[in-house]
Amino acid sequence: MGTKRHFRVWRGDESGGDIQDYDVEVNEGEVVLDIIHRLQATQTPDLACRWNCKAGKCGSCSVEINGKPRLGCMTRMSTFEEDETVTITPLRTFPVIRDLVTDVSFNYEKARETPAFAPPAGVAPGQYRMQQIDVERSQEFRKCIECFLCQNTCHVVRDHEENKEAFSGPRYFIRAAELDMHPLDARDDRKQYAQASQGLGYCNITKCCTEVCPEHIKITDNAIIPMKERVVDRRYDPLVWLGRKIFRRDELESESMAPSVSTGVTGAGDATPFSSARLAEPPPVRDDGKMDVTEVTLPVQGGPSPFGDQEFPLPLDQISYHKPESRD
Amino acid sequence: MTTTATRPGVGPSGPQRSRAAITAKTLRTDRWWLAPLITFIGLGAWVTYATVRVFMHKWYFVEEFHYLTPFYSPCLTDRCVEGSSLFGTPLPSFWLIPEASFTLPFLLLFRLTCYYYRKAYYRAFWLSPPACAVPDGHEKYSGETRFPLIFQNAHRYAFYAAMIISLINTWDAIIAFRSGDGGFGFGLGNVILVGNVVMLWAYTLSCHSCRHITGGRLKHFSKHPVRYRVWTFVSKLNVRHMQLAWITLGTLALTDFYVMALSAGWFSDLRFIG
Amino acid sequence: MTSEQRNTARVERHLYDVVVIGAGGAGLRAAIEARLAGKRTAIISKSLFGKAHTVMAEGGAAAAMGNVNSRDNWMVHFRDTMRGGKFLNNFRMAELHAKEAPERIWELETYGALFDRTKDGKISQRNFGGHEYPRLAHVGDRTGLELIRTLQQKIVSLQQEDFAETGNYDSRIRVFSETTITELLLDGDRVAGAFGYYRESGEFLLLEAPAVILATGGVGRSYKVTSNSWEYTGDGHALALRAGATLINMEFLQFHPTGMVWPPSVKGILVTESVRGDGGVLRNSEGKRFMFDYVPDVFRKQYADTEEEADRWYNDPDNNRRPPELLPRDEVARAINSEVKAGRGTKAGGVLLDVSTRMPAEQITKRLPSMYHQFKELADVDITKEAMEVGPTCHYVMGGVEVEPDSAAAMGTVLGLFAAGEVSGGMHGSNRLGGNSLSDLLVFGKRAGEHAAAYTETLDKKPKVSTKDVEAAVTTALAPLQRQSGENPYGLQQDLQAVMGDLVGIIRREGELADALKRLQELKLRVANVGATGGRRYNPGWHLALDLRNMLIVSECTAKAALEREESRGGHTREDFPQMNPQWRLVNLVCSLGEDGDVHLERKPLPRMRDELIRLFDRTELSKYLTEDEMGQFDQAEGVHIPGARTDAQSKTEAK
Repeated sequence: MGTKRHFRVWRGDESGGDIQDYDVEVNEGEVVLDIIHRLQATQTPDLACRWNCKAGKCGSCSVEINGKPRLGCMTRMSTFEEDETVTITPLRTFPVIRDLVTDVSFNYEKARETPAFAPPAGVAPGQYRMQQIDVERSQEFRKCIECFLCQNTCHVVRDHEENKEAFSGPRYFIRAAELDMHPLDARDDRKQYAQASQGLGYCNITKCCTEVCPEHIKITDNAIIPMKERVVDRRYDPLVWLGRKIFRRDELESESMAPSVSTGVTGAGDATPFSSARLAEPPPVRDDGKMDVTEVTLPVQGGPSPFGDQEFPLPLDQISYHKPESRD
Repeated sequence: MTTTATRPGVGPSGPQRSRAAITAKTLRTDRWWLAPLITFIGLGAWVTYATVRVFMHKWYFVEEFHYLTPFYSPCLTDRCVEGSSLFGTPLPSFWLIPEASFTLPFLLLFRLTCYYYRKAYYRAFWLSPPACAVPDGHEKYSGETRFPLIFQNAHRYAFYAAMIISLINTWDAIIAFRSGDGGFGFGLGNVILVGNVVMLWAYTLSCHSCRHITGGRLKHFSKHPVRYRVWTFVSKLNVRHMQLAWITLGTLALTDFYVMALSAGWFSDLRFIG
Repeated sequence: MTSEQRNTARVERHLYDVVVIGAGGAGLRAAIEARLAGKRTAIISKSLFGKAHTVMAEGGAAAAMGNVNSRDNWMVHFRDTMRGGKFLNNFRMAELHAKEAPERIWELETYGALFDRTKDGKISQRNFGGHEYPRLAHVGDRTGLELIRTLQQKIVSLQQEDFAETGNYDSRIRVFSETTITELLLDGDRVAGAFGYYRESGEFLLLEAPAVILATGGVGRSYKVTSNSWEYTGDGHALALRAGATLINMEFLQFHPTGMVWPPSVKGILVTESVRGDGGVLRNSEGKRFMFDYVPDVFRKQYADTEEEADRWYNDPDNNRRPPELLPRDEVARAINSEVKAGRGTKAGGVLLDVSTRMPAEQITKRLPSMYHQFKELADVDITKEAMEVGPTCHYVMGGVEVEPDSAAAMGTVLGLFAAGEVSGGMHGSNRLGGNSLSDLLVFGKRAGEHAAAYTETLDKKPKVSTKDVEAAVTTALAPLQRQSGENPYGLQQDLQAVMGDLVGIIRREGELADALKRLQELKLRVANVGATGGRRYNPGWHLALDLRNMLIVSECTAKAALEREESRGGHTREDFPQMNPQWRLVNLVCSLGEDGDVHLERKPLPRMRDELIRLFDRTELSKYLTEDEMGQFDQAEGVHIPGARTDAQSKTEAK
């Protein structure tokens, strides 16, 4: 039932390599990773490729397919033309180990440099109280599966190897944003850190990270730009400065230590323990089954996640989880 | 057996390891150049039109119905046509000085530092990068870390200015509801002016800075329910920031062209009342 | 100089106090604990750091925190766990698990985890099959990811502390990513170290350490349809066996009732049980909602008899009984299998799981976003429009290394070996409840780390690795590469998967099992001749050739134990012995490895539950599981037999 299709796969290691041609059988409903596995089982048992879950949850099988950074397990063969040649190459930004496997230790080094969560002093385990609406922004960033496609596609390091030292990349901007927006994180220097040590200024918001994110995290709109704005807040904004003087307070600093308790008037946070109320947005596929390439034709340029196109307050009957009321 | 302390050939991703040798600059097979090309043509055309219009110094005001093009609002030079200037005429009539000298620079700054336009022109004009996974057109890159691009951080100021300018434009649209005899009037021009102003507000309020100021900077939404509401509203607008950016370019040009046409007498306003 | 000697010369040596093999939830939790106890700790990760199979857990982590229903407590959780495991659980492990799970979850918050919240700001908990109250702490449907990321980030934060102190991130805790351990090295009966290779370079490494914690996960890769990733080749099980430890309960494998069987690109991918929790129903090819025919007597009380009552439960859980779709997973798996065997399945051998007719499309995408997303992207299946074709999928192995419940130390002849998580056995009995695995790995991961650290302090002198053993390990590891023309490992793996899937699958028969054992013996000979082309650097063929050895030995355990246990219980179903037999409940089947390399099976009595724990159950329920003798003992302990014991016991526990 399968048809033979033409594939080109980069084979080689750090000493060199080239793109080699293969004809592989393709069956209905298969993804690119299936093809790589078939290649391994039938033609090239030593073809190196990373994979784990085969379900878009672990972020191991990052490769470039027809030049675009993608997850092999999330790229359906049906998105290509019948007679289209599919070219599979390793991630360009990182040093190659062999074939489709690259050395992604750059990312782990940057992860190690990003200051970890600072637990609030004096709050015992089990006593953490946070409202759903307060954790949702950070939860979006915690969806990250660390596939490093954003790190790979970001031109700051992709095209300029020399920036690797100064620039942490989108993955770690969302980490900084996650912690800065974490209701109970005790540090308030995340913005300065992002600016001074992570190289936030290198980002010129050309949004490729958002474009390639398989989890559809709005990296640019929800993490990088807010972080840039938070930096502006502290350093340049005249009105904020004036407000601080007049009201003698700084919301960002004074609140960061205290647990949040109030429930809000919108009621939106009242019954949303199931945060998957966020819609997952698959990349738009046109009626003919192909992917669009130009963002000009996309309906939206970025989602106001964590809420998608949600109306607030949420209609009660659409909230996915109702806690059973105990009768006593 | 010997003991080695470090892992041979594997360390921090240093220069000893190299990237995969792929000769093609990009392997993208789709028409990735289309989006930057459209942006280039679109922005280029608009800037050309706007520049020409700003230095024409005529056909910007329809006295009969008090239609003033946003490109000349507020009109501040001695040259200003009778009735078109609401804030006096402190500026001399030199051809290099646009009528709206106090507003145009801020509008320009607002759009230049806008997070969407930045993306658009970095990609389409500066080719840094032209599209995702397509090589940067430049050897060196320092992003927005140093002069002059570090001034992109001034977007916040430009946003405040744009709010004021939007107020002026709103006033322009309101006082344009008049007929030739000074009473209430309403024509196609009003529809265009109001439509333009509504879109300008939408664009201005959907700005990322606005989203940040209204609520994004808070750590605890639950303590600020009202600001949280405003934030969710702005966030929803913000998703359409790109569309609004293009729409407002269109409405600005259309408004200006309509006023120019009326003023030059190429055709006359379609009146509904008065 | 031969090529072997050249390679031996390149063995990299490291000294550690504790080596943790496996970087999933259990491994990371153990490593955190060992490091907190001040031990130099190494973490071995078979793939990249943070990619472990734990990310696949969707439902949540079960812990009786009582945030949503205050009637919940550890005793209810304990009861549910024992019930789910058909009373074959090691009661002490189930007890520790139920008691300590809440603390372990709360601890995660101090590491930075962000669970979904209740209205009053606590961790929200959700319903799940087999749990009496809403109990699963969750983050949407990506709880496993949250867990692994949180632990990963905690490791990083510990490394940052070490960096601040010593100037070296790796000074006290180091992650060896993409590294496989092929052999444990002993000094007499004590663990002395672990030998393995970097997948990336093919270079060998030797970690000398007096304590090793196994946290390698499961064995699912030996099956045709499985949700498990390539890593799940039973490495820890096999390492333990070869080191002299024992495995128990290997016949119990959990087949997730609803894995996708069609289309091929999503075959084996699980459809989370929340699809059923949220209103999804199972139908056969005739369109009948068949689960009502499969409610076992034990569960009659809690599950609805009619579709009407079942449908009412979703909105009014306190006044109606649950829909039978929410029965424990083994019951559902068995029901599906029976339907398919009776010819009422789909062409691909599954049944239909339908949410599309149960609620509007928007609601489905909202409630099950990642399910929707996954199937749409992976296979272009729109679950809001069509039913899913699902069937049993190998998912989890209940059996594993036999451990001492309190310390997680492996039993058998070896000292210094610990096991936690899926690789350990006993905790889940014959069947695991959903959500118990995530809390299991936290509770016993911590215990393993703690006790491994304590064990290292009891030693007067460090066990020594012998050079001879290292050389032998090198030879074994290089063997497949020396047989470039040997048999293709991928073909062998497929044959093994076919044997296990067809003959030792969800429903088992004596004849098939005997046949399976014969074929496994044949495969053994072929595996001894497996070859790998190419070199040592990142060569998946070579890696698989080495893993096959482990898969084979573990499969043998499963097949032997399955043949021995002549009853059906939890994750072990014998067509020729369809009933549960109370006499068999008293028996654990223990596997060990003989000198000859063959698996030996022994029967071992199950530890007897303490009186105060057994009194948590009501007599009629116990009588379904326990033998007459045991019931006699129970009545004695209870003093006098009261017919309404259940209500008494319940009010006692719930008052707390």
